[in-house]
Amino acid sequence: MSVKEIIDRCEVLFEDIDFTAAREWKAAKPGRKVVGYLPIYVPSEIIHAAGMLPLGVLGGGSDLEVIHGDAYYQSYICRIPRSTVELGVTKRLDFVDGMLFPSTCDVIRNLSGVWKLMFPEVYTRYFDTPQNYKKEIGGEFYKNDLRELLEGLEEMGGVKVTDDDLRASIEVYNERRQWVEKVYQFRRDQPWKTPSSEIYLLMRAGEVIPPEEHIQLMKDYLAAVELEERRMKDNTRVVLNGSFCEQPPLGLIKSIELAGCYIVDDDYIMANRMITTDIATEGDPLENIAYAFLTDSMPFPSKFEPSEEEKGLYLADYVRKAGAEGVIFAAASFCDPALLDQPLLHHVLDDQKIPYIAFQFAENSGQMQPIREQAGTFADSIKLWSAA
Amino acid sequence: MCADVSTDVIKDDSMLLQKKMIAGNYDKITSAPETGQKMVSTFVPGNINELIMCFDFANNLPEINALGNAMRKQSGSMISDAEKMGHSEDVCTYVKADLGMMAKGNIAPNGKPMPNPDMLMLSYTGCYTFLKWFELLREQYKCPTVMLHVPYEGDGKITKNMRDYVVKQLKEDVIPMMEEVSGVKFDIDRLREYMKASAKAEDDLVWVLKSAKNIRSPIDAYFGGVYYIGPIFGAFRGTEDAVDYYRMLRVEIEDRLAKGLGPVTPEGEMGEEKYRLVVEGPPNWTNFREFWKMFHEDGAVVVASSYSKVGGVYDYDGFRHDPQNPLESLAEYCMGCYTNRNLPDRTTMMADLVEEYQADGMLVNSIKSCNSFAAGELLMLREVEARTGKPCAFIETDLVDPRYFSPANVKNRLESYFQMIEQKRQSQAA
Ligand code: SF4
Ligand code: SF4
Repeated sequence: MSVKEIIDRCEVLFEDIDFTAAREWKAAKPGRKVVGYLPIYVPSEIIHAAGMLPLGVLGGGSDLEVIHGDAYYQSYICRIPRSTVELGVTKRLDFVDGMLFPSTCDVIRNLSGVWKLMFPEVYTRYFDTPQNYKKEIGGEFYKNDLRELLEGLEEMGGVKVTDDDLRASIEVYNERRQWVEKVYQFRRDQPWKTPSSEIYLLMRAGEVIPPEEHIQLMKDYLAAVELEERRMKDNTRVVLNGSFCEQPPLGLIKSIELAGCYIVDDDYIMANRMITTDIATEGDPLENIAYAFLTDSMPFPSKFEPSEEEKGLYLADYVRKAGAEGVIFAAASFCDPALLDQPLLHHVLDDQKIPYIAFQFAENSGQMQPIREQAGTFADSIKLWSAA
Repeated sequence: MCADVSTDVIKDDSMLLQKKMIAGNYDKITSAPETGQKMVSTFVPGNINELIMCFDFANNLPEINALGNAMRKQSGSMISDAEKMGHSEDVCTYVKADLGMMAKGNIAPNGKPMPNPDMLMLSYTGCYTFLKWFELLREQYKCPTVMLHVPYEGDGKITKNMRDYVVKQLKEDVIPMMEEVSGVKFDIDRLREYMKASAKAEDDLVWVLKSAKNIRSPIDAYFGGVYYIGPIFGAFRGTEDAVDYYRMLRVEIEDRLAKGLGPVTPEGEMGEEKYRLVVEGPPNWTNFREFWKMFHEDGAVVVASSYSKVGGVYDYDGFRHDPQNPLESLAEYCMGCYTNRNLPDRTTMMADLVEEYQADGMLVNSIKSCNSFAAGELLMLREVEARTGKPCAFIETDLVDPRYFSPANVKNRLESYFQMIEQKRQSQAA
């Protein structure tokens, strides 16, 4: 397959707010179940082990017309809960058997209750990750929490999940994480070959198709991209931060690139990359999933950083690792986690003399010109600065 | 909550006592550099005051400082200072008011500078913003910061796993850190004694809150309620002062009830009780008196409110601090705080209150700052309306940002709401 064919397929998946691929997956075999989840992270291994399809629900995107959703959310709340409710009310999620709402922020937390009230027939769970990272405290809590999730899924699906099922799913997701990392590494090495608008679509595809298919898609993409002739430009290398939940319109990513930036790292679909190592397959699989979160998960604003000295350093590390020259903060409007975290991250970047700019967006932002200008000025100023 | 803001509202002995208690606490805090007393900052929801007292810490609550500054009309400039320092316009204004206060020298209401806290007790209960707030404070104070992760009641219940998790954190993280910072050894019997006092005060508070079930309620459970909950939500739960305060308050309210009196307002005795409301959401502090007046001058009394449950729910499902199981009980207290309960439970609670307190309906005061309360309130409103058959209404303000209080707007909406209630009554009578 050519790059174009692969990306065209990803784009179809991305634009399809009726989730046809997931519907088809479900319809292909009687008894199949689909479990949706909101950003940032749930351990998809557990859903997969129950024979179900984990489905990332990342809002309604730029094209969904929100008619009902606005009646549920005040104007000063971000857009993702209202567009998610819109997806629900318009029956676009009527094939989804379960919905998980991770402990990302109060909006998603409360959305779990909204879902329980509006869609009582759906298995709905607020999904907590620990803020205490000691194995005997947070680890124990989280392990039991995972067990409760597993039991809930077993009951909902009328299935029994064995430890070996879990181990097999861990292996699948380990492989997927390796391929995600290969794609990200490829982009760090040769960003001119792997535009972020393509990487984004490739990663988004993984939210709506089975992980095995996603692995194949990433393999095909990397193989195809190697063969493409793409010219290297004198672009500025930037890390993008703050878009971990509500997603920007694709036009925003393209605008940043058109403005002369290579996005060499980002926090777009963190669910794909949350766990940074392989999860062990020997021993208790739920314990392994739990402990991996405690010791090997990415920092993000909703996760407490116990050490003041370490706070925000990860971002400077990403910058270094990616050979980036600056950071673009792009947070969703009214996003408390991203916006409250930003000043702390700014201070880290100030200390390390890493330039940055910040702007806000909504998933349906239409006007890209100001963003393009801002990103262009930023890219130019970095070039001038480094030439001086 | 309380703050030292009752100056020109004060009429009763209980209020004078509360004012004295609060002033004493600020004096304790600001004199810490001379007395050597250690100080902890923490939050109102999930405030583990009894435990804090076991280590002789003074307890400072930044939320209460922020609302006090708002009532003294100082929060606006503090918020704009914080925004100038790079904090977004879109985020919770409590945080910005606190950071702005710090930038202005952290002056307590007694005019003296607040010392830096010796420890930040991050009781992560019912609000995500708390986590970021204390990460921001920690960056300034560089002091030990301990996280107490209180799991959310996502499924509407407290499981053994959740309780064990909180208790373990108390035993293995919070208490050792408090011992280290304070130099005081933990004594569980001391904790039990404080918790006995808590339960006593809670009994009297509950009696007071429930007095609003009387037709011609002797109290206002929202505007007046913020004074009543002050000591128990603040630095006094577990003290003998709080026991005395609630006993005194109860006697006063018993007296009002016996005399058939309504609530006291800043403008004096309230006139006829025309509308009985349940209110969801925190109050606006920047225009508190003006806001209250819009209710009492039209004869609207708030008979129950969710805000009087934000620092602990005592009057709904019978929770009391339990000296026999002190740590488990602290864990349950934290998890049971209003915003730590899921939306279906909050909705049921509000609908029940409308029925139990024979209210005419529920009013939502939706707070721009506060996703913890606000996200989902519109659905709650519809549900309560559907379940009770009573009209519900919606206004929008902010806690401490004066830019978001529009008097004309709020007044218009309230008046239309009162008309709606009248129409409902007429249609029922017809
Ligand atoms: S965009 Fe931000 S505030 Fe909105 S739901 Fe996501 S994390 Fe929460
Ligand atoms: S978001 Fe709400 S509960 Fe949280 S700190 Fe702000 S005002 Fe308080």
